[in-house]
Amino acid sequence: MAKASKAQKGTLIKVLHHVRRYLPFVGLSVLLAAVSVASTLLIPVYTGDAVDLILGPGQVDFAGLFRLMRRMGVVLAAGAAAQWLMNLCNNRITYSVIRDLRREAFEKIQQLPLSYLDGRTTGEVVSRVVADVDQFADGLLMGFTQLFTGVLTIVGTLGFMLRVNWAITLVVVCVTPLSLGVAAFIAKKTYRMFRLQSETRGEQTSLIDEMVAGQKVVQAFGQEEKVLARFDEINGRLEQCSLRAIFFSSITNPATRFVNSLVYAGVCVTGAVCAVQGLVSVGQLSCLLSYANQYTKPFNEISGVVTELQNALACAGRVLELIEAPAQAPDDPDALELAADTVRGSVSLQDVCFRYLPDRPLIEGLNLTVKPGERVAIVGPTGCGKTTIINLLMRFYDPNSGKITVEGVDETRITRKSLRSAYGMVLQDTWLKAGTIRENIAYGAPDATEEQIVAAAKAAHAHGFIQRLPQGYDTLITEDGGNISQGQKQLLCIARVMLRLPPILILDEATSSIDTRTEARIQKAFQQMMEGRTSFIVAHRLSTIRQADVILVMKDGHVIEQGTHDQLLAKGGFYANLYNSQFEDA
Amino acid sequence: MKRLLQYGKGYGRQAVLAPLFKMLEASFELFVPLVVAAVIDTGIRRQDIGYILRMSGLLVLLAVIGLTCSITAQYFAAKTAVGFATRLRHALFAHIQSLDFSAQDKVGPATLITRMTSDVNQVQNGINMTLRLLLRSPFVVFGAMVMAFTIDWKAALIFAAAIPLLCLVVFGIMALTMPLYKKTQAELDGVTGITRENLTGVRVIRAFGREDAERSRFAAAAEALNGLQQKVGGISGLTNPITTLIINLAIIALLYTGAVRVNLGGLTQGQVVALVNYMSQILVELVKMANLIITITKALACADRVADLLDIAPGMTDAPDAAAAEHNEKGGLVEFCHVHLTYQGAGDESLSDITLTARPGQTIGVIGGTGSGKSSLVSLLPRFYDPTEGQVLLDGRDLRQWPMEELRAQVGMVPQKALLFSGTIRDNLRWGSENATDEALWQALETAQAADFVREKPGQLDEMLEQGGKNLSGGQRQRLTIARALVRRPRVLVLDDSASALDFATDAALRKALHRLPGAPTVFIVSQRAASLRHADQILVLDEGRAVGLGTHAQLMENCPVYQEIYESQFKAGDEKGVG
Repeated sequence: MAKASKAQKGTLIKVLHHVRRYLPFVGLSVLLAAVSVASTLLIPVYTGDAVDLILGPGQVDFAGLFRLMRRMGVVLAAGAAAQWLMNLCNNRITYSVIRDLRREAFEKIQQLPLSYLDGRTTGEVVSRVVADVDQFADGLLMGFTQLFTGVLTIVGTLGFMLRVNWAITLVVVCVTPLSLGVAAFIAKKTYRMFRLQSETRGEQTSLIDEMVAGQKVVQAFGQEEKVLARFDEINGRLEQCSLRAIFFSSITNPATRFVNSLVYAGVCVTGAVCAVQGLVSVGQLSCLLSYANQYTKPFNEISGVVTELQNALACAGRVLELIEAPAQAPDDPDALELAADTVRGSVSLQDVCFRYLPDRPLIEGLNLTVKPGERVAIVGPTGCGKTTIINLLMRFYDPNSGKITVEGVDETRITRKSLRSAYGMVLQDTWLKAGTIRENIAYGAPDATEEQIVAAAKAAHAHGFIQRLPQGYDTLITEDGGNISQGQKQLLCIARVMLRLPPILILDEATSSIDTRTEARIQKAFQQMMEGRTSFIVAHRLSTIRQADVILVMKDGHVIEQGTHDQLLAKGGFYANLYNSQFEDA
Repeated sequence: MKRLLQYGKGYGRQAVLAPLFKMLEASFELFVPLVVAAVIDTGIRRQDIGYILRMSGLLVLLAVIGLTCSITAQYFAAKTAVGFATRLRHALFAHIQSLDFSAQDKVGPATLITRMTSDVNQVQNGINMTLRLLLRSPFVVFGAMVMAFTIDWKAALIFAAAIPLLCLVVFGIMALTMPLYKKTQAELDGVTGITRENLTGVRVIRAFGREDAERSRFAAAAEALNGLQQKVGGISGLTNPITTLIINLAIIALLYTGAVRVNLGGLTQGQVVALVNYMSQILVELVKMANLIITITKALACADRVADLLDIAPGMTDAPDAAAAEHNEKGGLVEFCHVHLTYQGAGDESLSDITLTARPGQTIGVIGGTGSGKSSLVSLLPRFYDPTEGQVLLDGRDLRQWPMEELRAQVGMVPQKALLFSGTIRDNLRWGSENATDEALWQALETAQAADFVREKPGQLDEMLEQGGKNLSGGQRQRLTIARALVRRPRVLVLDDSASALDFATDAALRKALHRLPGAPTVFIVSQRAASLRHADQILVLDEGRAVGLGTHAQLMENCPVYQEIYESQFKAGDEKGVG
């Protein structure tokens, strides 16, 4: 508990740090809040004074009344203006802070090591940047608006009431804590119910998530009723705990209103008795009564703000955790800019060791020297570390020991950007951005001309299908690329690389989901593309592998065999076994 | 929307009682200013302390009754809202179970999940708030005005003028901001989209060195959102100052009118105070009402979306004359007769005029390019979709004449995407057949080439799988899904490109084991690899939904150019192993 609040304090300080830039607005907002509160507090006083001028038939002081009315008008106008300007200030502060937070978070995403991103689901990170920041904004806005005005109202009201009559003030001050106590008591009691509710809701959501995602399998295996029964069991529990949580928490309002009514009755009786004794006037009584009505409101609001702020801080904490996550080691200040046209394509790996998890060694002591223009095929069973090599070559991950050099230069001494621009990559998962096909092909070279784009598409055998789409190159690809087939996506990814044609190519099972006929054509294009370029190919297809200059056969993170197709076949080892199994009689 | 009301059946009484008790509470609240007026005009003026005490006692009594009514109302409201939401969730989940695949494809899982969770919650919240406040707030506003009229009709005219003006301001600002809020939401969706895209595509973005471009794209989106939020905030921030201004101006007017009337003797001092109090009550309720309307609008939008989902007709139902088959041991005859398939909303046919007969125990290979209709063809077998023309028969009977449950029990499906569920390995395998013994499970695992790795797991069959089987490798997942289908002991086994994550050796061993299976099922294998299909009894070659070849490997090598092309792209001609 103490630890949690300490962490909250830390978060609060960081949040305040973010607000600092908008300090003038904060100051202005406080000032405007004071004006607005003063106006709300003055109105009942003036109203009370006015009531005292209206005593009975023939006993009305019209001159005094007009004076008061004018004053009220001025105070009202000032109050309303101040309140609106305060709202503007608070909006300005809140929304600017969250824009800053979002930008920082996004900035961090661009710099985070891939190990961080690979270790978390997309949804988790997105919810920090979007939902958490939003929640934080709500809390912050409410906090600004209500905390200032609340505190000022309480202090102001007490002052005004004391000026009018101390005995009645005493009644109010004594009974009000009751209302707070009741609210706090209910909040404490319902906290457990709310937690149970959100746990049960979480349980239900994960069941829905899982079953809906696997709906087709559920139906294929006729499990609908069983799944529904599981759902209903949780649904029933949720009903019970939701009812309790909602009902008991909804008692807060009537209960505090009840206490409020007691205060009101208390003020009414003491006030009236005082009035009988001539200690207060009727107008003052009416003023005190409206204060009594208002007085508990800021207390309730502040206690609401406290929970809201706690929630907001928790959200801010999650966002800040992302923002403060350690970024990847920055490029050396004297790192080299690798000019793509000077790279001939010699790559070497020396004693490279790498592991994703400290206790699970994966790649150990890998040595490989690739001369310009050579083709390296990486083969082996699933999970043997083939894609890890790509991660290392592109510096998505850095090796734990050993080094990788390009043109004889250690990769860690080259700026990441220029290093990566020397590589052309077609990954297994075909990521396309939301946008037109044209934008996607030109992703690596935004200045490409229309002719260049079409030429790249033609080279990747994508031109044909693109033309057959109703909007051609202007066809919009949705976020997940759902409107074109997997094979077509792959073709676009290839076209994307074709446009840049960097000196080194990395093809990660790139052709595995393209149908074999298209593949045959693509292979031809690839042949041309690979001509004179160093290429690393992670492949299942033996026809691709056979043409490689070096085949790396991997198993469990080790390179167990290395050589040409013929050499490896002659050796009769793991590769030969793998190769022959394809043709074995079933 | 109306159709959602049926889920509130049985809560009708509560749904009426909740607002009724709320109104009762409000009526007692309306008496308070009158009591105060009496204290001023009678108690103080006549210096009657006893009367003052009695009246204050009355105030406490009103408060107690108000509290009781209010708590009762809250209970009924909560009960109705929660009960309704629970039933709605049940109905939705059951409905999703009944949707056919075309509908599921169209809606998508993300949408289904949102409907069931946040949308239903919003509806629940909306009902709860509606029951509590919808009648109460207008009642108080109206009641305060009526009370004012009973005190003095001339002074009350100010109410009649102020209330419509207040409504105009509150609802006018709402009408202005509502579409802007929608726009804000769309901007926020944009920000979400860019973030998501950058996370899923992080490798490509970094490989192409596009971090800076993405950064400025995000900054622009965040800035646009910020601008819009400030604009909406500025407008909606007007509500409070303006309403307060109007109410207080009305109070000033009341004081003046009151003063004139008191001066003439038509009104007492206490009554003026009462009128001022009524005006204040109205302000409080109007603010509540504005908030309520926002909640209700949101809830209605959510309810509409939920209703839209419920309106999707459940897909396939059993034909009325569908009857259980007499069990003959030697089932498994599959016939496709001139089958055509066009997906809902798609322009072109995905399958055109496919005719094929698979005799019991045969292995049928299906090969062809991407989008050639391979998966569409096999997904007709468990009736994931119905053919738009022609028919598919199992053991001589049209699939549509089979009871769905029985049909699917005959067809073991191994989908392209290896999908497992959280639970033990045993739980997952038993999806195939609920009462399968461990022995039967191990047998299936052996055949699926999965026994070795399951045996290596510390828990063996009791090993827990995470959602989606994330703690297994792709190949392991795929083998488990094959085992799951085998546990059914199906007549027809469909492997929809299910060996793609397996290496060649495992793939070959799997094919051998399937062949040796007792009571050999008819097997459909969809594959991109010619090697996986070479020994099939028949191979169907698809090209853009049309059958361009059907026969054995040897026959096709003779007479099917498409097949030859595929084969040769994988095994270069002249390779000594490839031909012989």
